[in-house]
Amino acid sequence: MSSAPVVIEVRGVEKTFRVARHRVDSFKERALHPLAHGDYRELHALRGIDFDVHKGEFFGIVGRNGSGKSTLLKIMSSIYRADGGRIRMAGRLAPFIELGVGFNPELTSRENIVLNGVMMGLGRREAQRRTDAVLDFAELRDFVDLRLKNYSSGMMVRLAFAVMVEADADIMLVDEVLAVGDASFAQKCMDVFREKRRTGRTVVLVTHDMTAVQSFCDRAMLIHDGERRYIGDPEETALRYYRLNFAGDSANGSGPGVLDVNVRIVDAGLRNAAGEAVENVEQGEPIGIEVVFEARHDLEDPVFGFHFLNADGETVFGFNENLKLRPGEPNRLAAGQRARISGTVENRLLPGRYVVNSWISRNRTQGDLALHVVRLLDFVVYGTRPGPGSVSMNADVAAEIETGVRLP
Amino acid sequence: MSDAPIELRDVRGPSALGGGWRRALDLLYLISITEFKRTYFGTVLGYLWSLARPLMLFGVLLVVFTQVFRVGSQVPHYPVLLLFNVVLFGFFQEATATAVTSIVNQEAVVRKTQFPRLVIPLAVVLTSLFNLGLNLVVVFVFILAFGVGPMWTWLLFPVLLALLITITVAVSMIVASLYPRFRDMAIIWTVLSTVLFYGTPVLYPITVVPETLRHIIALNPLAPLFELARKWVIDPNAPGPAAAAGGAVWLIFPALIFVAVCVLAVWVFSREAPRIAEEL
Repeated sequence: MSSAPVVIEVRGVEKTFRVARHRVDSFKERALHPLAHGDYRELHALRGIDFDVHKGEFFGIVGRNGSGKSTLLKIMSSIYRADGGRIRMAGRLAPFIELGVGFNPELTSRENIVLNGVMMGLGRREAQRRTDAVLDFAELRDFVDLRLKNYSSGMMVRLAFAVMVEADADIMLVDEVLAVGDASFAQKCMDVFREKRRTGRTVVLVTHDMTAVQSFCDRAMLIHDGERRYIGDPEETALRYYRLNFAGDSANGSGPGVLDVNVRIVDAGLRNAAGEAVENVEQGEPIGIEVVFEARHDLEDPVFGFHFLNADGETVFGFNENLKLRPGEPNRLAAGQRARISGTVENRLLPGRYVVNSWISRNRTQGDLALHVVRLLDFVVYGTRPGPGSVSMNADVAAEIETGVRLP
Repeated sequence: MSDAPIELRDVRGPSALGGGWRRALDLLYLISITEFKRTYFGTVLGYLWSLARPLMLFGVLLVVFTQVFRVGSQVPHYPVLLLFNVVLFGFFQEATATAVTSIVNQEAVVRKTQFPRLVIPLAVVLTSLFNLGLNLVVVFVFILAFGVGPMWTWLLFPVLLALLITITVAVSMIVASLYPRFRDMAIIWTVLSTVLFYGTPVLYPITVVPETLRHIIALNPLAPLFELARKWVIDPNAPGPAAAAGGAVWLIFPALIFVAVCVLAVWVFSREAPRIAEEL
């Protein structure tokens, strides 16, 4: 990948926000407090960031809230101006800070597609030409002349995403777009980004979903306090991110005495009754799960939690597991040790798409997370007996005609 | 995959026309045309409503100035002159008043996309201009109906219109770019534009103004435009701006102010544009 040409070159980018202690936003304030000018606090959002992104790369930028990652994206997108440094890019760029920005609810989807396409850098004619493709992708052809205000939020998101895909920029800067919509939508987004990358497009993803970083990014960068802490291997980036997160609020994650409780997923999958790895599960068949975690550091009293969510993101059920211990064995997972969570789960799920989210907490306190995995597993329950809701329950209930009670 | 080295271009950050001329023009066109369509086809009486406003104002003013103050009775073709002026000034007032809050209203677009900032106030002016175009058709029908024959000077009217558009754009740029930082710009501009309304020969011909006041009115860059419009479109015998101001020399001041406003607009806007997203 490093042989591919550089398409984004960022050198020493700095950004400082002035946060006024006493906000001066009227002439009166200016007139009454002419010297109030200096009364602000400087917030160094970025303190000299350097990195390169190569053509066709899927590059992740991660960091905690307030680390400066979104500011960096906004500077790269020409929304904010950098105070120092230099950014150079090659090709047409489209930022996706939020899906559907600039949609006008009073206009029809056709008009909105053209408007949004032009915002993303297409020519007017080009945007008009691609309208049909957008509608096809969004599966909204039947609603083309409907005003956007009558769209459901799901349709709106689909339309916005379709415009973004068809805008076909060389470089896509994406800020947590995946946070909207359900799990299957997020999956679709990722599939599209991977497809784009195959055709030589470059994707820069700002996120704090480490699963996405680990599974999609070629390289990633960790930003903390406006500085680059790490760049390179996505696994390592995720690890360092977790380390920062679970090190409490101490500014420096590598300081002594900081407990690091990170865990790595070695394997996660579904099994059928015969013990073979499967992608999906038949309705009524028990769900066999097999997950292996590896502790990077000692984990006291670990609890492994699993939540099953339906396609709408609602938790259907869940369970927690503690380590099964031999008598006298300490309840801990030492660094390098692995925990295998396997077995079968009764399957009352109705046909549909489901996601398993997982977390591992230590010291038996839920709040003290070692690892939180969104979409550990993603599978479909297939079958021919659909029903209302997400689960079917056995109901021993009979409906009969009541005898002897008959009103004239 | 490894293509020939790709040329890297500097990313300069947001600006008035960020993203190139072509894109800015496309956006300008699309936004104003959709906004225009929305007002005209959005409601059943869309266009009638927007025509009703100047017509009603015109009706009230006509009664006041012909029946109550009787200024109008000595002025040839006063009703059409009044209608013409009200429509022209209405364009300036509507565009600038909408422009004040325009950037803040488009907050999402400014903060979340790479959007040429200048397009926002320009789209406001352009939408008002479409409005003006339709209104002028009605006005010219009235002008002909009131017995003012077509004159060759009508051909010069687009020049005046261009100047009026220029100053409207300039003022819109100033108020729109200052509003995010100084929210009282909205109130200030409401008052200022009312002052301008009375300080421009819209309701009255310049000839009824006492000599001393005339010099003050002559400073207003809008005044000569309205005087010329009257002379060229409605009454060739009306005094031109030079006569009204008391000599051509006096016209230097409004001309200078006109240029100054335009220069100020470009300076203020290009100064504010890069930081607007942060101020919102």
